[in-house]
Amino acid sequence: MATGHEEVINHAPTAGEYIAHHLTYFNGTGAKQTKLIDFGLLNYDTLLWAIVLAVLGGFILWLAARRASAGVPGRFQGAVEILVEMVADQAKGLIHSAESRKFVAPLGLTVFIWIFMMNAMDFLPLDLIPEIWKGLYGSMGHDPHHAYMRVVPTADINATMGMSIAVLLICFYYNVKIKGIGGWSHELVSAPFGTSKNPILAVVLGVVNFAMQIIEFSAKTISHGMRLFGNMFAGELIFMLIALMGAAWTGANLPSVLLFLGHVVAGFSWAVFHILVVALQAFIFMMLTLVYVGQAHEGH
Amino acid sequence: MNLNATLIAQIVVFLIFVWFTMRFVWPPIVKALDERAGKIADGLAAADRAKADLAHAGKKAADELRQARESAAEFRAGAEKQASQLLEDARAEAARLVAAAREAAEAEAGVAAQRAKEALREQVAMLAVAGAERILRKEINQQTHAELLSQLKAEL
Repeated sequence: MATGHEEVINHAPTAGEYIAHHLTYFNGTGAKQTKLIDFGLLNYDTLLWAIVLAVLGGFILWLAARRASAGVPGRFQGAVEILVEMVADQAKGLIHSAESRKFVAPLGLTVFIWIFMMNAMDFLPLDLIPEIWKGLYGSMGHDPHHAYMRVVPTADINATMGMSIAVLLICFYYNVKIKGIGGWSHELVSAPFGTSKNPILAVVLGVVNFAMQIIEFSAKTISHGMRLFGNMFAGELIFMLIALMGAAWTGANLPSVLLFLGHVVAGFSWAVFHILVVALQAFIFMMLTLVYVGQAHEGH
Repeated sequence: MNLNATLIAQIVVFLIFVWFTMRFVWPPIVKALDERAGKIADGLAAADRAKADLAHAGKKAADELRQARESAAEFRAGAEKQASQLLEDARAEAARLVAAAREAAEAEAGVAAQRAKEALREQVAMLAVAGAERILRKEINQQTHAELLSQLKAEL
């Protein structure tokens, strides 16, 4: 007694459906978010994996910190120390206030570790966690076809923009802390084009300067978050496209075999290349964080 | 790419994670690194010091050796000089003794010869007087002719 509805449920997903399914967040509504901005929704999957990885990363770092001693380090301690040393060196070069470094250097380490781990979720088999989730979701009495699960938090613009906005807030904090409210306000209307003794010209320049400052901060923050999002989203999408090649298997015929080989070769190559992207994007995000906070320390 | 409240949640999680790292992770690791750097610097400094000490000790040993050699040579030279001086002194003393002995012997011999001469003279005088007495037994008075006799004795 097949109904139309059952037919939809039982047929294998088309390529478009497969990708659309993989690109939909688990936000509690069981459907794609329709409005561009909707603060009533929460992507539980992004948040879950971000928190899981933050806890895991924090735990690993804490383990290293707990065992840290001035003696001969083991391999694990050495590895963490290399990271710490790398971040500390970069921070030293970009932020000249030792007091600020006490916060900013750990900030850089956190950013690097966390983003690296979130990016590295791309290396898990594409369908592994979504399939497990589908089983769980179905066993909880929900429709497994609406079991959405995205495992790469940095491929969610909310996560990356959240982090870049946090960096922006930290920059605001240091602008006020280092220059004072008055100093920073003066900078907002007098840099980058300077000011004038002539009051009319000073007002005009002030408006232009302030507009430039707003553009500058927006550009920095948006490009900061979007760069990471774009790289990871594209990476994930390409993994999905590669997965489609293997998924097109229809039997032992030539096109299927060729597509299978294509899947293996492309999947391997992209995964290797993606190792670079994962590490590089984490590093870039960390460096830009340090650069932006460093800029907040310097007057124009 | 839709924005929603995840953005806010992510900011909160991020800041908590940063706080955690700042509070529990960064300080002990950096402290350990600084301590180790200090230990390594101390170790290197100690090694340098030890090297300098070694060089110093070597130089000192060489100095001492040289000094010992010098003083030994000095001692030997002194001893040789002293020995030769003693020998010289002994020789001089011996020569002096020999000379003194010779002088004494000569003096003694001179005295003896003189005495013998005196005795001889006396005997010759007495022999002459006796001869003359025998010849001139009656005419010659020993007392009146004593002056003549002593004159004769002095001429001998």
